[in-house]
Amino acid sequence: MKKKERPGGLAGLAILNLFRKPATQTAQFGLGGIQKGYRGRLLYDPATCINCVMCMRDCPTGAITIENRGTKEQKDMHAYLDVGRCVFCCQCVDTCPKKCLSCSSDVLLAAFSQDDLKIEL
Amino acid sequence: MSERNDHKVVLPIGPQHPSLKEPGSFKITLDGEKVERAVVEIGYNHRGIEKACESRNYTQDLYIIERVCGICSHAHTSCFCQAFEDMAGLEVPRRAYYIRGIVGELERLHSHLLWLGVASHEIGFDTLFMYTWRDRELVLDLLAQIGGNRVNYGVNTFGGVRRDLEADLMQDILHVCDQLEEKIKYYADLATTETTLIARLKGIGVLTPEDVRHFSAVGPVARAAGILDDIRVVEPYGVYKEIPVNAVTDDHCDVYGRTLVRVKEMLESIRLIRVMIREIPEGPISVRAPRKLPAGETLRRVEAPRGENIHYIRSNGSDMPDRVRVRAPSEANWHGMSYMLEGFQLADVPIIIAAIDPCYSCTDRAVSLSSGRDEQIASWDQLRLFGIEQYKKNGIDPGSIAIRPF
Ligand code: SF4
Ligand code: SF4
Repeated sequence: MKKKERPGGLAGLAILNLFRKPATQTAQFGLGGIQKGYRGRLLYDPATCINCVMCMRDCPTGAITIENRGTKEQKDMHAYLDVGRCVFCCQCVDTCPKKCLSCSSDVLLAAFSQDDLKIEL
Repeated sequence: MSERNDHKVVLPIGPQHPSLKEPGSFKITLDGEKVERAVVEIGYNHRGIEKACESRNYTQDLYIIERVCGICSHAHTSCFCQAFEDMAGLEVPRRAYYIRGIVGELERLHSHLLWLGVASHEIGFDTLFMYTWRDRELVLDLLAQIGGNRVNYGVNTFGGVRRDLEADLMQDILHVCDQLEEKIKYYADLATTETTLIARLKGIGVLTPEDVRHFSAVGPVARAAGILDDIRVVEPYGVYKEIPVNAVTDDHCDVYGRTLVRVKEMLESIRLIRVMIREIPEGPISVRAPRKLPAGETLRRVEAPRGENIHYIRSNGSDMPDRVRVRAPSEANWHGMSYMLEGFQLADVPIIIAAIDPCYSCTDRAVSLSSGRDEQIASWDQLRLFGIEQYKKNGIDPGSIAIRPF
């Protein structure tokens, strides 16, 4: 015979849950499992970039774009990364002859729309 | 499920099914509970990896090759890098070989722990599944520390490795080895004494040495039938030229034998890691690699956790390969699958499939749609002549391509 459910039978549990510690690890208290040297979001130093686009040539996914918005003499360098395509291999970091790219261990890169995944470094 | 006129039942399993994590289809003809015929259909995970490699440069290809398999990513890049280094004539520093070896053995540890978990889950021994996957985390954390990622470590590069192993990291590795050794010894003990486990695994999925040769099975499947098929032993490469491996074989020829081989191999991997860390020489970790390869072709073999991994590269002298072929070990082990399933109970099917440690996406390369007519099997010489004709048609002199003997 089917056991009858008491209305509000779970209320006690619900109230108890309000005071419990979260069962999952939340990022807002720090990421526990991310080690030093983890490959995450790239960092870019426009001052040293010589616009050789070697990084773009070696990127396996075509995620990185380097753009000079200024002139040849007056450089205005910008780097864009499509986080949705980047596989965080850091080959661009290895390829860059001027070492103006580096990787950080920032892995919190989720966004709500496709467009928000394209970020400027 | 459909019932035939002779009261035999054809049971389709997959392509999406709860027991294995990747899509693959099995059509099992049952006589009662007994598997009378099994038809394996794979090919749901074809990703066009080889073609993608042919339209990118070698550096980009390295990261595509790394993603052939989500478990043995290091074995694939090791093989690809060795093929590249072979063709470019690069002298890889010894320290790089040792680091590749250490990461390779850690990868074998995590792959075998994963397999042990999956296999125990398939036979309903979920406690062991939880234990082994917990232990695997230790290895994955180490790999993330070494390479910067849990799965695609990105350690290999042409001419060496990308990151050095610091002294304190090596201490961490040794510490984890000590922890794991104790646990794996317990699992080895369990595998040899636990009667329910032995009764469940013994005598199913049999592949005798003759069958292994017939179906060209590789890795632990071959070694469980007593055939010493370990590339680290039969054709040593890299660090294994200096540090010999005690290959593990077994003569049970069944799923139980494959379990024993893998558990014992983990202990051997721990021993190898310890020796490598003790003997690792100082020095540079990489040499500069060229962007282009001279015209020619090469084929290299590496022992991945699942068996022999083969990579073939053909170059036409540019910075992109002309042809890349990846033969992952699972591809060799699938051939005997129908034979292994036939004659056993339906309840044995999941564990027999899991016992080859199947990897579907590694296997799927190309689908051949054939009508059965106008088919012929070409010999290697015929294929060569055909290739030369094709080159001549395209205005290329094939005489300039040096063929390496293998
Ligand atoms: S990390 Fe890799 S995928 Fe991402 S931009 Fe750099 S080269 Fe491209
Ligand atoms: S490789 Fe380095 S220097 Fe060259 S364009 Fe890219 S970021 Fe700039």
